[in-house]
Amino acid sequence: MDNDLSVRNLTKKFGDFTAVDNVSFDVPNGSFFSILGPSGCGKTTMLRMVAGFEEPSSGSIEIRGRDMLGVEPNKRPVNLVFQHLALFPMMTVAENIAFGLKRRKMAAGETAKRTETMLERVGLPGYGAKRIDQLSGGQKQRVAIARCLVLEPSVLLLDEPLGALDLKLREQMKVELKKLQAKVGTTFIYITHDQSEALVMSDRVAVMNRGRYEQVGTPQELYNEPATPFVARFVGENNAWAGSVSECDGKEVVIRTDGGFHFRCRAKGALRNGDRADLYLRPEAMRINPRETEGQNVFEVTVKTILFDGANSRLLTVTPDEQELLVTLPQNRKFDHIAPGDGITVGWHPEAGICFAEQEREGA
Amino acid sequence: MKGSRIVFWLFLAPVLVWLLLLIVLPHMDLLIMSFRGENDYGDPVWTLQNYWNFFREPIYWLTFVRTALYSVITTALTLVIGLPVSFHIAKIARHKLQSTLSLLLLLPFWVSELVRIYGWMILLRESGVLNFFMLKLGIIKTPIEMLYNDATMIMGLVYTSMLFMVVPLISVMESLDDSLIEAAYDLGASRLVIWWDIIIPHCKPGISSGCIVVFMLALGNYLTPNLMGGKNSLWFTEQIYNQFIASFNWSQGSAFGFLLLLLSSLIIWVGLKLSRQKLGEVAS
Repeated sequence: MDNDLSVRNLTKKFGDFTAVDNVSFDVPNGSFFSILGPSGCGKTTMLRMVAGFEEPSSGSIEIRGRDMLGVEPNKRPVNLVFQHLALFPMMTVAENIAFGLKRRKMAAGETAKRTETMLERVGLPGYGAKRIDQLSGGQKQRVAIARCLVLEPSVLLLDEPLGALDLKLREQMKVELKKLQAKVGTTFIYITHDQSEALVMSDRVAVMNRGRYEQVGTPQELYNEPATPFVARFVGENNAWAGSVSECDGKEVVIRTDGGFHFRCRAKGALRNGDRADLYLRPEAMRINPRETEGQNVFEVTVKTILFDGANSRLLTVTPDEQELLVTLPQNRKFDHIAPGDGITVGWHPEAGICFAEQEREGA
Repeated sequence: MKGSRIVFWLFLAPVLVWLLLLIVLPHMDLLIMSFRGENDYGDPVWTLQNYWNFFREPIYWLTFVRTALYSVITTALTLVIGLPVSFHIAKIARHKLQSTLSLLLLLPFWVSELVRIYGWMILLRESGVLNFFMLKLGIIKTPIEMLYNDATMIMGLVYTSMLFMVVPLISVMESLDDSLIEAAYDLGASRLVIWWDIIIPHCKPGISSGCIVVFMLALGNYLTPNLMGGKNSLWFTEQIYNQFIASFNWSQGSAFGFLLLLLSSLIIWVGLKLSRQKLGEVAS
């Protein structure tokens, strides 16, 4: 079996509402798979169906080739790390980790040994006797993961477990989780609404919206080749222009934006002359005062504010028609002279902009 | 600062007066009375005779043991029934149904205990409703007397005390995070293990306070054992009643009253020790 988890045509309805709509995907052995989507997109429902807490309305879930329909959560070879961790406050750290092993009627000596080994593996040796409320946020996180991993599940499910942590710790845990996954080799399925978590940790990411998968791919594919406007808006930052197609030759089109600019860019999907279209452009695709303008889209903007954020600094600029644009401001001291109110020239390569046929706007 | 002090005492005063006049003073009087007796010449003297009588006469202490034992059984039964009931109300029922179910539990308490007990008697007696229908349906040939035995009495006590068990249980169960139950289920626990390892440890304070209230109510109940229990099921409160009203021996009656207070406190203390809890934790 190459896939730890295979989901086929999975649908879940609550009354008239379809939470998960005909989703199929495979998760290869030992990979880190993320499901990324805004809240209410159905990702938690999906995870709960894999864990066994919800029955699918239709479709199938297979774990290592075994059909999981009708199998109770306590009999499935998957374990779930809960959003708020759900550590048992009435037990010590060691008892929490040993809980699942005890349920398998493992001998006490072996249980204690495995518990201690697992604590070492998550970097908490000797913490067994502590109470749960004596642990810090990051330590609780690791205990919650250890409690599942000690059972050696085929698939470990994680339901936004970093959501409750503060930013610094979250950044640190992202790296730690990724390292831990590489070390233990268990298949991780991670759901989150935080695109940075999904991009940093995952081998593959599924972007989910309104109960459907918009796109499944590596983080790089999602970022560089979004398949739908939703993915373009949701993954990473993007500037968007509305306009209509004025010229089109196969892969490249020229868009006339509503503000009157003509931009040459790449087209996704079939576009014809006169079609309404949306153009998406990453802030870092734009060069400030470019030396070479040959073959590039060039236009003038006015700087409104400087959004300084270290390596992630950007300029908030406006075009003459009051359209706001984010432009990456490289911190190489070359642009220190730029001040709010300045006019700058911005240039970008036609390859960097992606254009989709206009769609009805959805909440992103 | 000083003003707020005065206001504090002003508001506390009615409670203190209430406690002093209606609880402390009568109890002091009863306590003094319980140590009073008469010598051979009929003169009043201080004596421990009233307390000594309790231990010397088997009918007294056996009645107490019986009362305590049945109260423990009542408490245990109420707990066993109350746990799933409160779990259903707190966790499974949806919001709207939840308040309806709680109201249904409360509803019988709008009428007095006496009326409720008579209701049971109308249902259960030889010429009662239940017998009437069972005869009609041909389930039984001759009517059965279902009243005046220990089982019926315990059922009546459980019925009377159910609310006092379920209310504290619902409030602790509502504070239990659902994901703890799901996590245990996910980690391979069966339903029984989830109850034993997760729900009951979490509900310990509610269980203890419910049990204390139900135990005390059962132990001090007079109506239910008297009306439903019949001639052979003597309850300790009936002994006290007999001393005060039938024998007019107020000294003996108050001694029994204090013994009931002391012994029931002792039983609760032992219960708390066994479950490794402190009264303060339970009360909060």
